[in-house]
Formats: sequence, C-alpha cells, structure tokens
Amino acid sequence: MNDGVNGVALGVFIFFFLAVTVLGFLAARWRRADDEHSLDEWGLGGRSFGTWVTWFLLGGDLYTAYTFVAVPAAIYAAGAAGFFAVPYTILVYPLIFLFLPRLWSVSHKHGYVTTSDFVRGRFGSKGLSLAVAVTGILATMPYIALQLVGIQAVLDVMGVGGGENTNWFVKDLPLLIAFGVLAAYTYSSGLRAPALIAFVKDTLIYIVIAVAIIYIPIKLGGFDDVFAKAGDAFTQVNPATDKPRGALVPAEAGQWTYATLALGSALALFMYPHSITATLSSRSREVIRRNTTILPLYSLMLGLLALLGFMAIAAGVMVTNGQLAIPQLFEDMFPDWFAGVAFAAIGIGALVPAAIMSIAAANLFTRNIYKDFIKPDATPKEETRVSKLVSLLVKVGALAFVLTMDKTVAINFQLLGGIWILQTFPALVGGLFTRWFHRWALLAGWAVGMVYGTVAAYGVASPTQKHFGGSAKEIPGIGEIGYIGLTAFVLNVVVTVVLTFVLKALKAPDGVDETSPQDYTVDAGDPGVATELPPATAESAH
Amino acid sequence: MSNDPEVSRTVVTPTRVAIAVCLVAPFVAMLWVGSYAKTDPAFIGIPFFYWYQMAWVLVSTVLTVIAYKLWQRDQRARSTQQGGASK
Repeated sequence: MNDGVNGVALGVFIFFFLAVTVLGFLAARWRRADDEHSLDEWGLGGRSFGTWVTWFLLGGDLYTAYTFVAVPAAIYAAGAAGFFAVPYTILVYPLIFLFLPRLWSVSHKHGYVTTSDFVRGRFGSKGLSLAVAVTGILATMPYIALQLVGIQAVLDVMGVGGGENTNWFVKDLPLLIAFGVLAAYTYSSGLRAPALIAFVKDTLIYIVIAVAIIYIPIKLGGFDDVFAKAGDAFTQVNPATDKPRGALVPAEAGQWTYATLALGSALALFMYPHSITATLSSRSREVIRRNTTILPLYSLMLGLLALLGFMAIAAGVMVTNGQLAIPQLFEDMFPDWFAGVAFAAIGIGALVPAAIMSIAAANLFTRNIYKDFIKPDATPKEETRVSKLVSLLVKVGALAFVLTMDKTVAINFQLLGGIWILQTFPALVGGLFTRWFHRWALLAGWAVGMVYGTVAAYGVASPTQKHFGGSAKEIPGIGEIGYIGLTAFVLNVVVTVVLTFVLKALKAPDGVDETSPQDYTVDAGDPGVATELPPATAESAH
Repeated sequence: MSNDPEVSRTVVTPTRVAIAVCLVAPFVAMLWVGSYAKTDPAFIGIPFFYWYQMAWVLVSTVLTVIAYKLWQRDQRARSTQQGGASK
C-alpha cells in the first residue's frame, strides 16, 4: 500500500464517481411509467427492459467488483484452483436457458416480483416461501458487504484508505460517502439507477481489461515469461503448510474440487435474488433467451481478468492481503490517469450490484415477510414505501458489518451464503417443471441441506483460520474432496424425494397451486398477459 | 394441476435431441477436468489448461446460439401445427 495519495488517479476516480451519481439520480426519469408507486416500477424498472439493457444489467449484477478483485486474487494466491470461475460461468448459460424463460413467464402472468412469490403460488405454502425468502436475504447481505470490501481495496491502494493509525472515522469516510450516495439514488430511482449506471461500469471494465491484457504482458515480456515466473513462484514451499503455494494445473486430487465448485456455483448463481430481479425486469421471454446467448461475453472477460493474477506474480507485486493484488498491479503498471480509470471501473463495479442486491433483498422482505405475515392488506404504494426503506436498512446493515467486523467474517458468510442459496434450487427449479414434490418434503430437504452445509463449512480448517477455512470437504461415501454446497444439495434432493413418497403415501394435504401449465410458456402480448403491464411498455414490445 | 405441462405434448424429435446435445456438451467438457489438466500445448505462452477453458467459452456460446435457433424453429413448427391456437 502506498503512503502518499495518488492525486491523479484519485481525481479521475472522483470524476467518474460524480458522473454516475448524476446518472443515478436522473435515472428516475428514464422510461418512467404512469404508475410510479408500484413495486413493479421501483423494484423491477417497470418490467420494461429490452435485450441490451438486460444484458448490461445482468452483467453488471453477476460480475461484481468483488469478482474482479477476488478471482485474480485466488489465482495470485494458489494458481489453477482459482480458475474454476471460468467453467462455472460457462455452465451457467446452458442451465438458465432451460429454466429462466419459464420463471419469467409464470412471474409475468401472476405478477410475481420474487422467487418466493412463485414458490408460494406454486406450492400454496407460506412456510416454504418464507424459507426461500430468508435464505435469499441471508445470502445477499454478506454479498453486499463484499462489494464494500472491493471499494475499500481500491481506496486503500489510492492512499485514501488511511493507515492503521488513522482515526477510524477519517479512514472510513470515503466509504461512507460512497455508500450514502448509493443509498440515496437507489432510494429515489429504484432499479433504473443501476440499469443506467451499468452501461458506464461495463464500458469502463471492458476498456480496462482490453488494455491490461495487451499492455501488461508486453511490459512483462510476454505470456511465456509471465507463466514461467508464476510457475516458479507456485513451487515455493509455504512454511505454514509445508506444501507448495499452488500449481499451474490442478493435480489429480484437486480435480473433484474444481469440477464440483464449478457445477455447484453454476447451479447457485440464478438462485440469488439479485439475479432474478434483473431477469424479471426484462420485457419479454425472448429477451431472456437471447441473453443466454450473449452473456458469455462476460465469461471471456472474466477469464482474461483471472490471468491478471499471474501477471501480478510475474510483476513482483507483493501484498499480504490478496485482495489488493490487482489494484496494486494497476497502480504499478499503468500511468496514473489510467490507473484512476481502472479504479473507477472497480468502484462503480461495486455500486451496481450493491444497488441491485439491496433492491432484491428489500423486495423479498416486503413481499414475503411484510405482506405475507405482518400486513396482508398492504397496498402497492405501501409495498413500495416499505421496500425503499428496507433497501436503506439492508445497506446500513452491510456497512455496519464491514466496519465493525473483520473482513474475513464477510468472506466466511459469503461462502456460507453460496451453500445456503443452493438449497433453494429444488423448490424453485423443481417447481418450475413439476408439481410432484411435496411442499413439506421440500421444506425438510431445505432444512437438511442448510444444516449439513453450515456444519460442514464450520468444520473446515485452514492454516489461518480454525473454521470456515474453505468451501471444500470430503464427500461422504465418495472420499474425494468436493464443494460442500453441492454435497448439501444432493442430500437435500434425496431427502425431498424420499419424503415426497412418504407424504404422498400418507396423503398429507398438498397445497393449492395457483398456476396452470400454460402459464409457464406465455410471452408478453399473449392474451391475459399484456393487461398486467404498464400500457406504455406493452405497446413498445419489439 | 398435477402433471408437468409439457409431458402431454412432448415428443422426441431430432431437433430436440440436437438442442439437448448442444446444452449438455459444455457440462461434459468442463466437468471432465482430467481431460484438460495439463500445460501443453501452450498457446502464445498460455498453458493449455487456461486457453482451452477460455476457448470453451466461445464454443459453448456457439452451441447455445444453435440451441436457441433450433428452439425457435421448433416453436414455430409447433404453433403452425396447432394452428397457433395455444402457445
């Protein structure tokens, strides 16, 4: 970390930050519909986004600042094992190609805003819907907190994070300002703000990556040199573990871990509330399917970005906190002004997902806790008001989390969040294709998966941590080391299937299903569908 | 409201098999880690392990596009068959 403040970089950073702030507030006027007090308007942007806006929004949402910092950081720390993010994002798209259009259709038809709305409607079970909602909120909170960690990393490298001895308030002031501004425009503009800002974010990110992937290897003497140096670094034995630091290619033993992490993460990604919020904001079923064919562009970018981890090693970047490796690499390699652009890209990259995540969590709370359990007769206007307030609370909570607790706590919870959110897969995706599962069996399966996943993750030790030291553990019965989330998921499915048989045999009451088979394939403009859309957008379809 | 909506009219056609193959192929390729866990041959200095997976980003994109086009054609065929009555 630098002692001095990098003035030029900071200036560029502030310029971009101010620009997106203005954009965030102006977004409230963008494509505004007549009924601005409904949750559809604030929380889903009026369900009006076309292919490109959805593409930027989903990209801005899924590939967060934390991803940009953490994936190369993992490579920097251990090599090949960190690259699983690439196969993970490759697998996501064929997967969502299958089920996302169905979710879009049924949500559009019945006005569902969250996944829990769908689960309640499909299985007639408020309990199951509550379980899905609570899981979603729990998994999202640490994710928002990690976006702050991403901003902090950038601020640190620019020299405005303050040293260890600075007064805490001065140290955290830049972060507080950034978050205050974010909270204000999310509150006033809803989902339209991150949608508009995502354009700026992704443009910056693409420019930075394109430059970095060409400019840095040239400065370092080509990829041959980069990988040779990284390979040498990985063979060095770490005194703490008595093992080499990492490897350029996963060893036999690590391959199960690699594959299960990729698969488990792919299954989990679209269970996260913020992914679904961005999905449901699109205006037609076609937009979703078309997006599954253009979203992989981001995966390519992620792969290139991951390679930066090797470049950081080859460039001799030495940081104890791996999170700082990439920001530090930019600072060392780029001229000051371009380092500022790169930092702005990461900083804005944190704002977009943080906004969408807080909106998604707020929608879950409003629809599936407040409306279902506290005030069933809430009007759309009240729903929107509650959602706006909760989006503020969620962000304050995340901020408190980051400021009061050690960063590793946020990372541990994020790891747990991934395991937890995967446990909602059977109810959601299962429910999209079949009504065979029994609601109580799904609830039991969910509970088993949650408990197993939490206990197993708690028991993983690493050289630096006694608990939550990683996300992989021996798979019972197979003996290989695999992703805990996926093991928990398999247990979850087994319990659900067995109990469904039992409950059906006992003739346990099956809830009422308010959806009908054709609801899963309707598109905007079909009879009975268009009426639920704000008039302005229904006419502008295609 | 019990059965899967698609079951009653799901017919296995060559088009649908092709769609399934396009969507399943990336899973087979990526989860079989042993098939690509090696450094050679390198491409412009990047070990095989890395460029191979990045190449698969492009391959899987192409496959998803093919699946999407086939699916569209399948839907059109289906709706003309049924006189566009139900979708």
